[in-house]
Amino acid sequence: MRGGAPGGPAPPGPPDRPREGGRSVTVTTADRRASSRRTTGRSPARRPGSGLPHSPWFLVLPALLPILLLSAGPILYGIALAFTDAQSGRTRATSWIGTLNFRDLLHDTLFWDSFRIGLVWAAGVTVPQFLLSLGLALLLDQRLRLRWLARALAIVPWAMPEVVVGIMWRLVYQPDAGILNETLRALGLGEGRVWLGGLATALPAVLVVGVWAGMPQTTVALLAGLQNTPRELHEAAALDGAGAWQRFRTVTWPALRPVALAISALNLIWNLNSFALVYVLTGGGPGGRTRLPMLFAYEEAFRYGQFGYAAAMGCVMVAVVSVLLALYLVGRLKGDQDR
Amino acid sequence: MSAFRTSGPARFGQYLALLAYLVFLAFPFLWLISTAFKPAAELGSPHPSWIPRDPTLDNFRQAFDEQPLLRAAGNSLLAALAAALVAVLVATPMAYVLARHRSRLTAAATGWVVVSQAFPFVLLIIPLFLVLKNLRLIDSLAGLTAVYVVWSLPFALWMLTGYVRAVPVELEEAAAVDGAGRLRVLVSVTAPLLGPGIVATALFAFVTAWNEFFFALVLLKTPEKQTLPVVLTHFLGAEGVADLGPLAAAAFLATLPSLVVFAVIQRRITGGVMAGAVKS
Repeated sequence: MRGGAPGGPAPPGPPDRPREGGRSVTVTTADRRASSRRTTGRSPARRPGSGLPHSPWFLVLPALLPILLLSAGPILYGIALAFTDAQSGRTRATSWIGTLNFRDLLHDTLFWDSFRIGLVWAAGVTVPQFLLSLGLALLLDQRLRLRWLARALAIVPWAMPEVVVGIMWRLVYQPDAGILNETLRALGLGEGRVWLGGLATALPAVLVVGVWAGMPQTTVALLAGLQNTPRELHEAAALDGAGAWQRFRTVTWPALRPVALAISALNLIWNLNSFALVYVLTGGGPGGRTRLPMLFAYEEAFRYGQFGYAAAMGCVMVAVVSVLLALYLVGRLKGDQDR
Repeated sequence: MSAFRTSGPARFGQYLALLAYLVFLAFPFLWLISTAFKPAAELGSPHPSWIPRDPTLDNFRQAFDEQPLLRAAGNSLLAALAAALVAVLVATPMAYVLARHRSRLTAAATGWVVVSQAFPFVLLIIPLFLVLKNLRLIDSLAGLTAVYVVWSLPFALWMLTGYVRAVPVELEEAAAVDGAGRLRVLVSVTAPLLGPGIVATALFAFVTAWNEFFFALVLLKTPEKQTLPVVLTHFLGAEGVADLGPLAAAAFLATLPSLVVFAVIQRRITGGVMAGAVKS
């Protein structure tokens, strides 16, 4: 039986090579037009897999059904909820209220505060994270002693549960028994502070943790990009007398740019959606100074039971993220064309 | 770049920078370990030291006394194992189709993978909460596992699709000509060759579920059902004041499984992430 792909089944053609080393391999002529990916040396125009039956629907269903049921469906449901006054534990029926939730959001200073904090957080984590990770990746690309240790350490924050990262940094920031204040005292840099509890210091303090927690992923991604850079280009540039900065600008960066853009876009979006880290570090306090959009929505939905309102807030975040995502996808497509 | 001679001062600068990075990356973790082994008296001291003067295992014992850590770890293990197993079982056939077939379906699936990496959970969690409530799956590990399966599917599909592409299609063709049906080809030819890839994918799904907090926080209400990350936050107490020693001890223990697994699969994941984000 041949495949009934959504594009229509390809008619079986005559086999090119009936026998080869005791095994038979079928190749159809009809599939040759589809040849796009890798080709074998023996029959150049052949598309791999062409001789196989692939009617895929029953292979796809086991994954597709849960995706539709538990992910695509709830998303649509969530958008619908944003236009209702749904609340938890209420006896009255939920009713449609049009765009009232969105109009309320517009006038909700708490929401705008959290929105602003979310943007500061996303940018304040993503940018330093990228710069620090780029530096580390460049170092790890050199033949340095202790490189193995740095690579091993770079995995640790990545593998840790976010909750543990939060707990760990709370221990570091502890006003009395924390190592940060003790180090500052030892260096004679003042008597230490209540970092996570201070109105002015809370946001910077959680930003540092955000940078620390996301550095490994970014570093490893950039390092992988660096190691794909052709070495001959570096050597040629060096022979031409290019300095380190010039080599970086003309050789390293152009090769690294697609990876850099991709990982930064993903980091930005992931950071906008952060929850666990800050929930554990400050719970959004003090005085809402670190209440990220996700924490705001969580409180609205599961502390105050305002499901409809929180869903509307979710829609706003989706819109923001969609714009970023679109920019990233357009950039990626453009990058493909440039290649 | 290592092919070039680097001047002495530049080398020195590089080592200095590397040292700074090492300190930055390592010190919170070292502090966590140090705190976990300190007796209560030292934890209360206004001048804490790096190395415990009088190291003790009391914190670990106390951690188990204060919170149902074993039960929580059991819950986490159950949810993570089930999620990993189901995710791989469900994703492998679809990944096979994605790898061997180009159609609108594969394009849509690929698009979904990218979007799902970026989707805000806020919009997902409320309807999910309501749906699971109606299905009477709220406050149950089964419901949480179902969420974890779907949540890890996109990335599992990415990883597995890559592994399927690496299997020479000639082998499958040979089996097909010998009369094997498509399911047969997948089960007896492709799947065995995918072994290491499937294991790596399952391990990744396991770690993601083991570390997950947000869904578990919202979906599990009874303390007996809660997973390890949620139970860890109970150590923090209502006013944010915590019993530092047991807190550190429990946090340290909760990290060990994922650290071990991650050390094993780290390289494979990196490849997957970058392939997904850059190439497509």
